[in-house]
Amino acid sequence: MRRLNFQTAGLFLVLAIILSGCGTTGTEQSGHNGAAGIDGSGAAASGAQRAQLFQGTELDNPASPLSNRVIRFDFDSNVIKPEYLPILQAHGEYLATHPEYKVSLEGHTDERGSREYNLALGERRAKAVQRILLLNGAAAEQLGTVSYGEEKPVDPGHNEAAWAKNRRAVLVYYQ
Amino acid sequence: MNLTWTFVLSALILLLPTRTSAQVTIPITGGAIGALPIAIAPFRVESGAAAPPEDIAAIIQDDLYRTGLLAPLPRKDLIAHPASLSEVRFQDWRALGVDNLVVGSVSPDPDGGYQVSFELLDVYKSSRLAGKRYRVQPNAVRTLAHTISNVIFETLFGRPGGFNTQIAYVETERSGDKTVHRLVVADADAHNAQIILSSDAPIMSPAWSPDRQYIAYVSFEGGRSEVYVQEVASGERRAVASFNGINSAPAWSPEGTQLALTLSKDGDPNIYILNLASGNLRQLTHSPSIDTEPVWTPDGRQIIFTSDRGGGPQVYRLAITGGEAERLTFEGSYNARPAISPDGRLLAMVHRENGKFKIAVLDLQTRLMRVLTDGPLDESPSFAPNGATLLYSGVLGAKAVLATVSVYGRAHEQLGIFRPDVKEPTWSPL
Repeated sequence: MRRLNFQTAGLFLVLAIILSGCGTTGTEQSGHNGAAGIDGSGAAASGAQRAQLFQGTELDNPASPLSNRVIRFDFDSNVIKPEYLPILQAHGEYLATHPEYKVSLEGHTDERGSREYNLALGERRAKAVQRILLLNGAAAEQLGTVSYGEEKPVDPGHNEAAWAKNRRAVLVYYQ
Repeated sequence: MNLTWTFVLSALILLLPTRTSAQVTIPITGGAIGALPIAIAPFRVESGAAAPPEDIAAIIQDDLYRTGLLAPLPRKDLIAHPASLSEVRFQDWRALGVDNLVVGSVSPDPDGGYQVSFELLDVYKSSRLAGKRYRVQPNAVRTLAHTISNVIFETLFGRPGGFNTQIAYVETERSGDKTVHRLVVADADAHNAQIILSSDAPIMSPAWSPDRQYIAYVSFEGGRSEVYVQEVASGERRAVASFNGINSAPAWSPEGTQLALTLSKDGDPNIYILNLASGNLRQLTHSPSIDTEPVWTPDGRQIIFTSDRGGGPQVYRLAITGGEAERLTFEGSYNARPAISPDGRLLAMVHRENGKFKIAVLDLQTRLMRVLTDGPLDESPSFAPNGATLLYSGVLGAKAVLATVSVYGRAHEQLGIFRPDVKEPTWSPL
């Protein structure tokens, strides 16, 4: 499984531009060939082109609902709140028109209560998201679920603010 | 495979908090009303002997206090420090109201190390109940102290004390973006911690085999939950459940040949019985709800588990042959993670009360439930093999703690405060 990392791709692009600038005199145009300065192989230039192929901008456009890939939940609940339905609809439709993409749906819970019960609850959350993506056109073979229960908190705090962040399902795109 | 074995060869090393970053403190707080009063005199160091590296009487005192069945007199209240029966003035101890007195001494052994002797005395009968002499190397003094605690407990209560048993727990340590997860085995008083698995992925639900030779656990190292069985002494291990979906909540059958597991390979999490020798798998529950956290009754004939088939999580009981599950818990809207006492009579669990998660005990005969701890984030109760003490994890301020509480609701003690997060303690069998 190759995981797409748009930030990394973007970083390569920036690096390519910076390094190409360093490797040339100020009067020369920076371009793909200039990136050969990294290691003499031009690897950075090919990285920048791949980012275009992945159309990362569409998924990363902050104005697009697709840029939101975290769905939050109430305590002990796997009910998708109404405000997340347009987001999941957009992801379902995007997946329907981009069969080359797959999404791993990660279910998480907060730390409260028992760990094994939370592992099962995390799976329920991932599957609740999966159902809505399927209803909006994603194909079953594009979607996988995994639960981490309470084992991977984004915020290790022991308070309501941390718990609210940790009760989540995350859409992880890959090809 | 991220597998780290660490062996500790000298007890002296244990005193340094370098092996794991665990920092163990044993504060003794609170009274023990109704427990048997006992006095443990400091063991006299005879002339010619170097002071042993551990305070034997203090270790015994902590062991006995933690059961909740005995109330050791604070050392400062001891009226004398006798080292043998011949030095004891029993009437003085009767006046103090103690039922039993432990005395002992340490003398040099000609072969190196120490000779340690102790006597357990009945204050009212002015007689000796038990007494032994041991030869011990300096690095085994702590182990010897636990052995003496065993003799005292078994003499007074007629059942094993289990003070030489071990606990296993999971600790996690965050540094920047990286989190390290470790499976740790330690003595029952949290000393002598040894890492048996280190991973950058979460580890869950350690469970001792009945013979203490294996630990089953859940590891996410493969990108999802899978169940492994690892031999404690060698570190050798194998994955025993790697189906699609959840593989978790391993529980050993009393004879150690089968594991009860939670699998969601067919959609919803249900409980299965895995035969470890044949690999044969049998589905026990068939519900669209969450069924998880199975434990076996000591007779091996029933499985007790958590299910939300009634709406919220509650504890149920089911015959190993299947059939209708019987609901056991009715107090409160959240009861989960059952643990059963060695005699099969008590059920400890995580119980929510006023928004706080506490440890509670249900008596399966009287059906009375008692809340033992204050929360707010207590979980993972585990019975000591002597059945008197529960070990659990909780959060105190921002710190994770392992704590013990007497099932009789008398002694409430923090076993230790650990700098990294510590969770899921589980006590080994005898």
